[in-house]
Amino acid sequence: MASGLAQRIISGGSLFRQLAAVTGLWLAFTAGTAGAQETERSGKLLLTGGVSSIEGAGGGGLAPWALITGYGAAGQVGANLHATVAELPDYQFRSGGIALGLQDRLELSYARQSFDTGATGARLGLGQGFTFRQDVVGAKLRVLGDAVYDQDRWTPQVAIGAQWKSNDQPGVIAAIGGRDHEGVDYYVAATKILLDHSLLLNGTVRATRANQGGLLGFGGDRNDDYSLQFEGSAGVLLNKRLLVGAEYRTKPDNLGFAQEDDWFDLFAAYAVNKNLSITAAYADLGDIATFEDQRGLYLSIQAGF
Amino acid sequence: MRTIFGLTLGALLVLTSTAVAQPAPWAQPGEEPIDPYAVTDANAGAEPLAEGAVFAAFGGVEGVSRIIDDLVDRSVRDPRLEEIFKPTDLVRLRRTLKEQVCFILGGPCAYTGRDMASSHKDLGVTTAEFNALVENLQGAMDDAGVPFRAQNRLLAKLAPMKDDVVER
Repeated sequence: MASGLAQRIISGGSLFRQLAAVTGLWLAFTAGTAGAQETERSGKLLLTGGVSSIEGAGGGGLAPWALITGYGAAGQVGANLHATVAELPDYQFRSGGIALGLQDRLELSYARQSFDTGATGARLGLGQGFTFRQDVVGAKLRVLGDAVYDQDRWTPQVAIGAQWKSNDQPGVIAAIGGRDHEGVDYYVAATKILLDHSLLLNGTVRATRANQGGLLGFGGDRNDDYSLQFEGSAGVLLNKRLLVGAEYRTKPDNLGFAQEDDWFDLFAAYAVNKNLSITAAYADLGDIATFEDQRGLYLSIQAGF
Repeated sequence: MRTIFGLTLGALLVLTSTAVAQPAPWAQPGEEPIDPYAVTDANAGAEPLAEGAVFAAFGGVEGVSRIIDDLVDRSVRDPRLEEIFKPTDLVRLRRTLKEQVCFILGGPCAYTGRDMASSHKDLGVTTAEFNALVENLQGAMDDAGVPFRAQNRLLAKLAPMKDDVVER
């Protein structure tokens, strides 16, 4: 069973494989030039850029945080690539992307998500291996506070962000009651690191019309308006490289044909160094397109500086 | 007679104590002289921890002393920090850093150095350099076997000093 799962992750994730290869090259590049530019970059502390969330923004696995991705401090630039795969009972989710952190102030990100219905596609009438793909372009601006240094006050680091999403299956989305294949999410995220308790807390409020994050389009026959959703993350730093925690993300339920559930995960994010981090999670994505209890292993690798 | 003797002895004691008194903290032997300043624990830039457990986890005065020596040794040979540490009076830096950390951890030390803004004025310290020093401190604390949670108790006290230390 376990080896079967591993097999599926490896064989099923051709995108993941390609990205892992690109990531390896990137890693070799960043390692090779790191010595020469030691003072020029990677001036932030380990894990203080978060990891790559499924929509490409710096954050946890499921939610964007107020932290700016990468290790670029003030006066520096940080950048990274990520590859993510979530192996679910009836689907496989994959994502790959690139993100830039400028001056620890502005974050720009791009992610390409694939939602592979595999054998489930045939049962949904879409065809074996039918795959939804979505491009997500994100921007995030840190507007207030500093999660790391403001240890003498309660105020968090606050960032505002937007994610422009475009799904490549307008026909299917229309057929299941979705209103649009493109949409924009807007969010406000607040992150606080409580160093004297070795804790990281994040709360994000997102205005969205997205169905399953946009993988099933935007708006629907039941509801076509923006709604406010909450995404909470809490983690404990076990050492300077390892953050373990949980996340919860509420979602709209816009489509009549299938119930949409909130998302939940338990994660461990490990920074090997400032060039490589690995996140493993147990994710419970609930019901997706009438298939119940989509729970499985989430793995993400991030390489950069 | 006894009174006169007592008075004389008292006067003598005052004289001797003045003669062997510690030199002012801005003019310590072996350190480069700097302009006089008002000496106060408030210059340490943080209130001391109330409970003694964290100070004990650092190994007390001796432990703090070894960690700071290691921190300074690491930072002097750190290419990210050499521009800042090269022109610095390391004898004075070691002494005042040990006092400051001992004081902040609730140890039996007074801080006699300058406040963080004055002592870092015109050094042009960047956020990246501030963090490089934190990383060296983490390395020194790791090597000294200070538990991670105790390390973070100290870092939580030092982190807000960034506003006074970093200039650009």
